[in-house]
Amino acid sequence: MRSYIIALFLASFFLFALPLHSQERPYFVVYDHYLEEPGSLEIAWQSSYAAQRGSGDFLSSLLEFEYGVTGWWSTELYLSGQSTLSDSTVFTGVRWENRIRPFAREHWINPVLYVEFENVNAADKSMLAVAGHDVEAGHGEPNALLRAEREREFELKLILSSQAKGWNISENIIAIKNISNAPWEFGYALGVSRPLALAASPRPCVACRENFTAGLELYGGLGDRHNFGLPNTSHYLAPSLAWSLPRGLAVRVSPGFGLNSHSHRFLLRWSLAREFSGFGPALRRLFGARP
Amino acid sequence: MKTPAFLRCTALALLLSAFLHSRAAAQTNPPAAPAKSKFDYLELARAPEKARKRPNPLENNPDAPAAGRKLFEKHCAECHGPDASGTAKAPSLRAPEVQQATPGALFWLITNGVVRKGMPVWSRLPEPQRWQLVRFLKSLAPPEPATQPVIN
Repeated sequence: MRSYIIALFLASFFLFALPLHSQERPYFVVYDHYLEEPGSLEIAWQSSYAAQRGSGDFLSSLLEFEYGVTGWWSTELYLSGQSTLSDSTVFTGVRWENRIRPFAREHWINPVLYVEFENVNAADKSMLAVAGHDVEAGHGEPNALLRAEREREFELKLILSSQAKGWNISENIIAIKNISNAPWEFGYALGVSRPLALAASPRPCVACRENFTAGLELYGGLGDRHNFGLPNTSHYLAPSLAWSLPRGLAVRVSPGFGLNSHSHRFLLRWSLAREFSGFGPALRRLFGARP
Repeated sequence: MKTPAFLRCTALALLLSAFLHSRAAAQTNPPAAPAKSKFDYLELARAPEKARKRPNPLENNPDAPAAGRKLFEKHCAECHGPDASGTAKAPSLRAPEVQQATPGALFWLITNGVVRKGMPVWSRLPEPQRWQLVRFLKSLAPPEPATQPVIN
């Protein structure tokens, strides 16, 4: 609980203390092929509220650090926790993800390879990806029971993303392997987005259409190696909106709706992100490296 | 369990403090001088013929340079410098190689970036915004020649 509050404080401090330059997609689950700019650090606070049948609703939160190592490699660290109404607040674990862009130039379809290792407990409800037989009932157990169960998983994604006439269309194919003796689990995520205005206005503005990007996400599980398919899986449809504010601050919000009886009926996600350009070089200078 | 969480937060706080410190130091130091010799403009020459011949659809749009300047300040100035004269990280965009390039070649380069050398792809910007950037770049004056000291 204490670490959760400290993390929230630090996140708030950073989000409001320094300038940044961010250009956010409205996606929460889907990835497109754009990586973090080299040397830049993006810090984001992301929360999800979910209605839970048969138990308390919950609020899941993530503190996210994304760093552009090179033009073709981004790495990201997540610290996650959640609060369940009428239950407790728990720190649930860490994730480390890497995205690698194999091709230097733009193509009709741009692939990105995604590898993530997560070390979380079963109380984690961040729903960054829905795969296998992830269903609403799995979030209904008390935190005290869930946090005793540790999940160490590798998550692989093939990200395919296209950009045409201002539209972004992204498809993610997801495969997850718990390193204990559990079968491979599969999932999907599809997204489409477009800025509300394609051309920039000549004057600085805050609430003009060019600063908003609207999107739609569809994601869900596809079962596992033994039971591949749609039975006993959950699926969601989520419209989303991103707003790029002055100084690069970006806000995103997305209501999500469960599409079958195994899904949460309603999700609400929101996030606040800031990008610190030149973080890597500044850190190197701090430790004596020459510019 | 409490100790690791505390250590994690402390490490995070130290990292953030270090960054704040370095940002403050960077703001008090003069900007790095352009290091032209570090960069080449070969990537521009790699633009395909078809891309190079594309005309700028916003060539006669009077608002395009101002909009392009706004986009430049938001996305490009960090690396190329506030006046596009280049920094230690990225080359000058006032150089003859850029100013003599066709609008189509500049559009192609902005779209594809130079990923292996650290310039991101900017296809995330809608096409009209990339053309507005091209209009702004083409409106830049070439660099002023260095003033020679008068020797009597």
